[in-house]
Amino acid sequence: MISAAQLTTVMKTLADPTRRAVFERIAREGEVAATGLVRGSRVSQPAVSQHLRALREAGLVTERRDGRQIHYRIAPKGLGPLIDWLGHYQAFWHERFDNLEKLLKETE
Amino acid sequence: MSETHTITVEKVLPYPPEKIWRTLTTSDLIATWLMPNDFVAEIGHRFNFRTRPMGTWDGVVDCEVLACEPPHLLRYSWKGGSDSDPEKGSRIDTTVTWTLTPVEGGTQLKMVHDGFVLPHDRFAYEAMSPGWSRIAERIGTVTAEPV
Repeated sequence: MISAAQLTTVMKTLADPTRRAVFERIAREGEVAATGLVRGSRVSQPAVSQHLRALREAGLVTERRDGRQIHYRIAPKGLGPLIDWLGHYQAFWHERFDNLEKLLKETE
Repeated sequence: MSETHTITVEKVLPYPPEKIWRTLTTSDLIATWLMPNDFVAEIGHRFNFRTRPMGTWDGVVDCEVLACEPPHLLRYSWKGGSDSDPEKGSRIDTTVTWTLTPVEGGTQLKMVHDGFVLPHDRFAYEAMSPGWSRIAERIGTVTAEPV
């Protein structure tokens, strides 16, 4: 079961388009060093560091230290709260559709 | 890069569009199958759905009627949650669209709940285990079996 706070953190973290772009790039490349992320984008190094910190704190990415380099990967279950939440919404509408059908039948 | 995800439910019902339209647009009837509300079928009308809190959601939805073409099309915004107060659930800004199409033997009723913003799934989900990508595919579009 996901907590409201967990879901809000994930949503808030990914609401920033630049941060979402950083997240998507890590997802696309599998594993990427912080320096590589700065090189391939128009975002400054401090800004990238800040986004990476936010992503890590939200449980969306994990880091691996290799000497002076830090490499980032997508955390396998990072998007879990979002996926669970959409699943709840889906179940909600299916249930309401059934209610609607029942009501239509009753008022025949 | 990011995409909005959509929940779709679709069904052929053995009733004329007018009868289904009444069920979708009469406040008392909506309360029976969906949620208590102060809906009025008028473009620009602002209303709420209010129900008991469920999981991560405080049970209040802020809506506005965006399109209303009896008995074919009904669209309202569906907003809720709060950024500042996680107890109220996560902020969403989405749209619900109902379309009614006459078909042989009744009406095809389609509900599209659109606007769930997620990171680009193809890349994001591929990076995860096969289990996750399967779930992600299911989320894209769900179509109920016709009756």
